[in-house]
Amino acid sequence: MSRIEILKTYKIYIGGQFPRTESGRYYVAKNKKGQALANVCLSSRKDVRDAVVSARNAVGGWSGRAAFNRSQILYRIAEMLEGRRAQFIDELIKQDSSAKDAETEVNLSIDRLIYYAGWCDKYQQVFSAVNPVASSHFNFSVPEPTGVVSIVAAQNTALLGLVSVIAPAIAGGNTCVVLASEDKPLCSVTFAEVINSSDVPGGVINILTGKPSELVKYFANHMDINAVVYCENDTATKKLIQEKASLNVKRVLFYDTINWKNDEGQSPYFITDTQEIKTTWHPIETVGSAKAGY
Amino acid sequence: MAKATKNNTLKLKFDTLKYAPAPESKSSAKIDAQYDLFINGKFEKPLSKKYFDTINPATEEKLASIANANAADVDKAVKAARNAYNNVWSKMPTKERGKYIYRIARMLQERAREFSVIETLDGGKPIRESRDIDIPLAANHFFYYAGWADKLEYAFPNKQPRSLGVAGQIIPWNFPLLMAAWKIAPALATGNTVVLKPAETTSLTALKLAEIIQESDLPPGVVNIITGAGATGAAIVNHPDINKIAFTGSTDVGKIIQRAVAGTNKKITLELGGKAANIIFEDAAIDQAVEGIINGIFFNQGHVCCAGSRLFVQESVYKIVMQKLKDRIATLIVGDPMDKNTDVGAINSKQQLETIHKYINIGKKEGLEIFESNCVLPRKGFFCKPTLFTNVAQSSRIVQEEIFGPVLAIQTFRTDDEVIEKANNTAFGLSAGVWTDKGSKVFNLTSKLRAGVIWANTYNKFDPTSPFGGYKESGFGREGGLHGLGAYLKL
Repeated sequence: MSRIEILKTYKIYIGGQFPRTESGRYYVAKNKKGQALANVCLSSRKDVRDAVVSARNAVGGWSGRAAFNRSQILYRIAEMLEGRRAQFIDELIKQDSSAKDAETEVNLSIDRLIYYAGWCDKYQQVFSAVNPVASSHFNFSVPEPTGVVSIVAAQNTALLGLVSVIAPAIAGGNTCVVLASEDKPLCSVTFAEVINSSDVPGGVINILTGKPSELVKYFANHMDINAVVYCENDTATKKLIQEKASLNVKRVLFYDTINWKNDEGQSPYFITDTQEIKTTWHPIETVGSAKAGY
Repeated sequence: MAKATKNNTLKLKFDTLKYAPAPESKSSAKIDAQYDLFINGKFEKPLSKKYFDTINPATEEKLASIANANAADVDKAVKAARNAYNNVWSKMPTKERGKYIYRIARMLQERAREFSVIETLDGGKPIRESRDIDIPLAANHFFYYAGWADKLEYAFPNKQPRSLGVAGQIIPWNFPLLMAAWKIAPALATGNTVVLKPAETTSLTALKLAEIIQESDLPPGVVNIITGAGATGAAIVNHPDINKIAFTGSTDVGKIIQRAVAGTNKKITLELGGKAANIIFEDAAIDQAVEGIINGIFFNQGHVCCAGSRLFVQESVYKIVMQKLKDRIATLIVGDPMDKNTDVGAINSKQQLETIHKYINIGKKEGLEIFESNCVLPRKGFFCKPTLFTNVAQSSRIVQEEIFGPVLAIQTFRTDDEVIEKANNTAFGLSAGVWTDKGSKVFNLTSKLRAGVIWANTYNKFDPTSPFGGYKESGFGREGGLHGLGAYLKL
């Protein structure tokens, strides 16, 4: 008799833990042929709330880490992903990718993490300024993370779309709550396992599975979220997000025309999108008459 | 039991020793009886056929009639701006664009005294402030951005920045000309055309700026200035042919605007309210810090979005700080804004004075301790005594809500961690101040305070090269500096 395979339970990822949705609900992820792939958590408003609480708690620690350390951790995620290439390729194929496309997507995802690992301690230098004010002050502007970012990931890619929006947000010191692709949710949960073994502190990345049609409004109206990222091109949903975002003046970012497989899918400007510019003024003493002449 | 706190403040007795009045002459200010809308390079009568009065808030006397633009007028201005964008401004060589902006800056400098006087007459701010801060900074802002016009490709690595189109700009009444400069200068430098609406109580300097723009030969329609109140602003926000909305004002209105542009492709930047923490540590230079607190909350009557309206004093120096603060407040000269000795001028409008009184009453009802300057207020005009509240809880409404007046809420703290927690415990995040002699403490605080502008051992400093704007509900986008360009560009 052949061996009985152990099937995997796909759970959500909140605060460094893998709970089931508090609602107890699930949906069946299927491939194009309609074959059931797995039972997946149908996350609820309260899961979003719990994830935001975790993300908020993690902001201070994560943004306070040395940029170099964040870089090391992003690199570590890439290492872990590389080690589990086969599993991701397998899942992508289950979710209707060709073998070739699956391999390309995993490779690109790993490379994208490396790309942003490199930016962690560089974008500040590129996008900062020392401002030559006309008074006796030392004045400089630096980017800082906006805080908690909610992300509704692209629907048509299972892994690359997810990695491409999580990486710049956390490279910049933000924490995030992500809603994975509804139709292709498997890789998001497996990616959470990668994160969980990559020294990423609990709460920095929280991943939910479920229906955008149900959850988008909570991603946009929660009062403790600072920015919302939406990767689809549904006009009514975009309007809804902008309206709800106004409740606490959220930053709204639409990545609806980006092809994540191309070069346009990566740029330090994806990092600066979820950054604030802080300007600091400091007086310069003008006692004495010494000049810096030679 | 209470030990007397040593106080080495020199107290001047102002009952016996008074400054003689030193009024600025009004002769340099030429104000017409009536102002029309500046559309397509000409002053045009409003299609609405309606006008409203603008008054001097220090005397309640009428200064001029101002056109009240309706939606049809807004549409006319937007068409002029679109036409100028398509046919002239977006095609002009960038260095020529810059030269027009330089020209405006120079003409503004030449007429600085006239603008200062009008700004003070129309808005109520002390002449010293409009003369030394508002008007020079406005001119400098045009100078700064003029130079960017032909250098934009250096500002954003690996991008080819493009202009957006027509920008609709709505500005507040606290720094009327300066806010117009903050809006117009970067918009023009980046190749956009403009429809700008000043606040209804302070239209005059924007209309005088329109005169300069006309004299500068800037192509017609590149800048259009239309006047009116909220309905006019709404017509700008909702106009379908505007590509960009830039708004400075209250957080409440900012939220309405953010909601109103939902579902459109308009790019927006919002510079909204604040409730800044001004933090004094025991090792600060106390006299300097007290000056900083005074400047932080009483500059421009407290009508400043980045005003240091929440004071945090380390417990060990609380008594001495309070004593010096009260002594200093007693010396503040409140009154005629045109007098060069005046420290605190007129509240901008009757409506704003009522808002401030409402909050003072809320503070009293909450059982907070109040201290008011014993100055005598002029009988006419809108004036408010510099006011302190102590024994204030973090949950008090006067701590949580923006008052926009000369009212300071004072709290104490013991440790760095405590004050960081308290200072950040607000929906706003525009600015903050830190007073300490220790450099490492300065940077611990400045890096952990969640605000867009942080002043260490200084307060309320502004410069065209220095980006300004908020975190959280204080808005998004920056004005000033290299970062201010991004608000008007497609990247």
